[in-house]
This record gives sequence, structure tokens and C-alpha cells, in this order.
Amino acid sequence: MANFQLPAELMQALLEKFPNIEVQENQMVIVSADDLIPFMSEVKENPDYALDLLTNLTAAEYNDHFETVYNLISITNGFDLMVKVKLTDKDNPSVPSLCPLWGGANWQERETYDLMGINFTDYPGHPTRILLLDTFNGHPLRKDFKWEGGRE
Amino acid sequence: MKTQTYTLNLGPQHPSTHGVFQIVLELDGETVVKATPVPGYLHRGIEKLAEARTYAQVIPYTDRMDYMAGMLMNWGYVAAVEKLMGIEVPERAEYIRVIVGELSRIASHLIATGAYAGDIGGLTGFIYTFRDREDILDMLEMISGSRMTFSYFRIGGVAEDFPAEFFPAVKKFIEKFPSCCDEYDGLITGNEIFQVRTKKVGVITPEAAINYSLSGPVLRGSGINYDMRKARPYSVYDRFDFEVPLGCNGDCFDRYRIRILEMRQSLRIVEQALEQLPEGPIMAKVPKVLKPPAGDAYAEIESSKGLFGAYVVSDGSPKPYRVHFRRPSFINLGYLGKLCEGWKIADVIAILGSIDIVLGEVDC
Amino acid sequence: MEVTKDTHPVEKLTNDPVVVNEVKRLVHIAPLEKVFNLARAHSLWPFGFGLACCAIEGLMATNMARFDISRFGYEVMRGSPRQADVMLVCGTVTHKAAPFVARLYEQMAEPKWVIAMGSCAISGGPFVDSYHVVPGVDKLIPVDAYIPGCPPRPEAVIEAFLMIKQKILDPKVVNQIRG
Repeated sequence: MANFQLPAELMQALLEKFPNIEVQENQMVIVSADDLIPFMSEVKENPDYALDLLTNLTAAEYNDHFETVYNLISITNGFDLMVKVKLTDKDNPSVPSLCPLWGGANWQERETYDLMGINFTDYPGHPTRILLLDTFNGHPLRKDFKWEGGRE
Repeated sequence: MKTQTYTLNLGPQHPSTHGVFQIVLELDGETVVKATPVPGYLHRGIEKLAEARTYAQVIPYTDRMDYMAGMLMNWGYVAAVEKLMGIEVPERAEYIRVIVGELSRIASHLIATGAYAGDIGGLTGFIYTFRDREDILDMLEMISGSRMTFSYFRIGGVAEDFPAEFFPAVKKFIEKFPSCCDEYDGLITGNEIFQVRTKKVGVITPEAAINYSLSGPVLRGSGINYDMRKARPYSVYDRFDFEVPLGCNGDCFDRYRIRILEMRQSLRIVEQALEQLPEGPIMAKVPKVLKPPAGDAYAEIESSKGLFGAYVVSDGSPKPYRVHFRRPSFINLGYLGKLCEGWKIADVIAILGSIDIVLGEVDC
Repeated sequence: MEVTKDTHPVEKLTNDPVVVNEVKRLVHIAPLEKVFNLARAHSLWPFGFGLACCAIEGLMATNMARFDISRFGYEVMRGSPRQADVMLVCGTVTHKAAPFVARLYEQMAEPKWVIAMGSCAISGGPFVDSYHVVPGVDKLIPVDAYIPGCPPRPEAVIEAFLMIKQKILDPKVVNQIRG
């Protein structure tokens, strides 16, 4: 399978602009929660990258932290990029919402809030439950969620 | 004269909502002022169930998500696990995957076309497209044993090779199908009432399409040339010669017309893949109990509704730690609320049909 | 005059087997309920309640040209529960959808029957361990016929309709053991 990752010089330019980010060996970028909106605006608007389609927004829970995962693709240049944010506060994980930049983030963030319980801040009236009933208690995809299945 | 809006519930049970799906409409007369889609009536918790099954046991769950194109759903998930484990799929298996994937795509577009004709009011179109879909289901049943929920893909290849009676059947289908497409063009596309109800209705601008992460025929209807089979080719798609149909206006008619043209192009791909089909094994050497290395991977394919992706996190045990599916119908549906504003109630049905959603995929 | 199942009054008038057979087929003398049951059994109006994958096979494919269910008179799929006789539950019932499944059943007019199609409607199917799935629609409403499969073939759906027809015509048949 051919490689559609960012060329090395573009990745270097990103590292110079945002010195706090971490780049792993498979070109996955780890960003802090405060740097998220400036980083995303940069890769979206700068025509060198033109990563203008947010194709995936999800989250995963680990033993001591949460991680939100973002996948971006570029329609004109053909790259793709995976960005992650580590959230260490397990009681109230929150990260700025990407809704001001992308309308497509709206439903995906609502689903992540509904099933995983991550708070997306700085967007009024957001997030609300989307798949489960508003009266549902708990967040099913968490590892400590207890429920009774129907198997007899 | 003072007027006020009233609330109409396009309820969960409705012949035209393609499943259990609710839209709460606020109407001013017959014009929609605000539309709020409410999904979740078919939320079965597949992502949570996948954490309690082994990697191979998740494959039947992916079939039940977009049940119209089950083969393509299998492919998305299997591609992610193969990327995580670094497995190289043998060439014959790749070609077999392309052939059954494209046949599945044709079957899915046939239902979309027929159901759309039924929504607009011409129920006859529905019967024609289902008649041709039965030919495809017969062929897929010869290979995998099932008409709809195949579970044919395996991590590292496919389950079984083509039987001998498959080749004459598919050759007969390749000869017959272009005339069926001409029939649909004559029956549905050329129909004046159909054109008046779908042209210039529900226009999506290219900027809005990219901003709302739309993909598939919905994105290409607005003129944006992004088909993952051409833009970021996976498997063996770079060896085939086919075109990507594009729309110019972004209205419902364009999205419907693209699906008919895509069916013709898929048939070309099947023809070329059959000619180039090499000999060889159909399954890579994988251990009996799959234990991927700890880490995560995300892989996408071009499904009939849009980009279908799977994000798999592994912690070294035989069961996945976290599985997330990027479902195109769910994300395409996110734009419906804004898209319906200003149109009449009858147009809401036309717009919903042109986005082509499957509730099993929306709710996961 | 005495009417039993074996002798029909026309046999007192003629011995010609063709005439006797035709009249026996067309003219029934029975209590009124039996006549109504004949009408109901031969023209059931299904209420297509398609929830998930089984709807494609059970409602759409059975209605279409290959497995034509209109040969039996059952092709009139209604959209409203008030106009329907048989509710065909095709697919998984979730906790969010359960209240309105029960409400739709109550909105149907008597007499009504329910067919549970597919393993999700019978017992929860492959999703039975989930936090959001009702293990079988018979936890909510009474069911008359079950069609196993995932999804069942359209021929199985036709068989279920014929079983309901037999059940309507002669309710005692339910107590026999089906092979």
C-alpha cells in the first residue's frame, strides 16, 4: 500500500511551529489540549497541508488516561494525518470542541460524549446525548460500566 | 394575522424513513423551519460487544451494520486489523475481495435507486431493481452461502475460493446488466415528475460538503472529485481503469444519477478483475489465535455510502481493547438538519432518500 | 337439516363428482365466525414493521417479483397500524424503541396476529448481551409465529404466513406437534 503520510519537511515545519507536540514513528502526532485549536486551524487553513476533511473523531479509555483521536485527510494534496490528545483527568475529561472549525465534528462529538463521557467545551449547548435516551445513566463504553445482558 | 409554527413528528415508524428513525419537524404551513433528526432507535451497542469477542468473532457484527453491502463492511474492519498486525494479503485474495466488493456495491446502489423511486412515488422502479439484485444475491450465495449477511472475509484473506459455477453466472450478469441500467434510465431518470421533484432540491454546496465531512455519492454530487479508490488507492484498485462520476449542481437528482453511473463503472471493474485474476492461495499465513501487538490502527475503504473506517486498539490479548467504526451514514446524516430548512414536507422525504442512509450503520 | 363436515347438502341432489367438488369448494355452510375466518385468512394485511436487516429479506424481497407474496394475497403492506392485521416484527428491538413497539401493537384493531422474524426478534439474536437490546419481542407483545434465521430466507416468511393462515382457519392445529 502506498504511503500517504505528510512529507518529512512539512512535518518538520509543524514541529518548529508547535514545539510542544510529540511525533511518533508512524507519523502520529500527540498534541496537548491547549494547543489543539491552533494546531487544527493551522493544518486546515495552510495550503501546504490543506487537511480540510475531518474524517474520524473518537476516544478511547486506558487505565490512567483518556485519549481523543482525530483523523484528517486532504482532498487536494492527498495526505492523511492522525492526531491524538491525552486527557489525564479521569474524573472530568474535557477537551475544546472542534465545532467552530468543522460542522462535521458536531455529531461525532455528541456520540463520543454519549458513549464515553468526554466533555467538549467552548461551544454553547453542546454536547447532548444522541444515541441513548436523555435519561440514561452512565456512559456505556467506559470500562467500569455495569449492565445486565439479556442472556438467561 | 398571527401565526405560529407547529411540531410534526416524522415518527420512528414510517414507510419512507428507511428504518426506525425520527425527524422532529417544526413547520410553518408546509415549509420546514427547523428539523431535528433523532437517531438511536437501533443502537445495539456493537462497539461494546466487540470488546467481549475475539478479533475474528467481530466480523459477523460488521455485516449487520450496513446490511445492503455486507462485503464492504467486512473489508473495512479486516483492513484495519491487517494494518495493525502487518499482514500481507495474497494477490488472489485481493482480486476476489475486489470482485465481491464491487458486486456488493452494485447491490447496495440497486436498493438505493429502487427505494428512492419508491419514495418519490413510483413503486414500479422498486420491483425492477430488486429483480436484478436477486441475480447478484444468487452469485454471492454460491460463494459464501448466505444472501445477505455474508461474513465471508477473514483476517488475512477470504474464507473460500470461487466455485466453478460462479464464472458462467457472472459472465451472464456482465452481459445483461448494462441493458438493465438503460431500463432504469428510461423508467425513472427520464420521468418528468421524478425530475421536477428532485432537480434543484436539497442543494449541498462544495464548501459545506467538505466542512461537514460528507463522503461518497453525497460529496461527489457537489462536484468534489474524491473517491478513495482513486485518491488513496488501497488493495489492488490502482490496476483497474474506471471513471469517477461527478455531479455539477449538488441536488438530489445529481446524487441519484451518480449512483446509476457508479453501477456501470463497478461492472467495468468486475470485468477487468476477472480477466486479471491470478492463481494462488486465498489466505495468508496467520496464527490460529490472533494476538496483534499492542498499539492502534485506523484504516478506511470506500463503501457504497461513503468512507467506511475502523479504528482498532489492541493490548496484546486475543480480544480487541477498543473498536470504533467510522460510519458514513451517521456522518452524512449530521447535515440533514440544516439541509431541510426552507423546503416543504414532501421535499424532506426526497432529500432523505437521496442521502441514502442505512439505520444499522447510523446507530451501530 | 343436519350439516356435518363429511356430507354436503348438494350430494343429495346430484352424484356428478365435478359439480359436487366445485360446489363444495365454493359454497360453505358454517357458523358466521368460520366464514369471517376464511376471509381473514386469505387476505391478511401485513403491517411492515421493519427495524433492521430482516426487513430487507422479509418485507421487501418477499414482496418483489421473485418470491411474490401476492400470489397468496398478502402483498398489501400498510403504513398505519389501524389498517393492518398482522404485525411482522423484523429486526432487533432496543430499549429506546420498546415503548413505541408496544404502543403500535395496542393501536392495531382486533383480531390481530404477530410474527416474530429473525433471531433478534425471537430472543435478542447475536446482540443479546448488549446493554440496549430487549431479548426478544415476546417480552413486550404476544407472538403467534416465529421464523428462525439470521436473516431467514423469503421462502421461510411465506411459510410463516401460511402457518398463520392455518392457525386462523383452525385454531386447534397449534396443539399438534409440527415436524
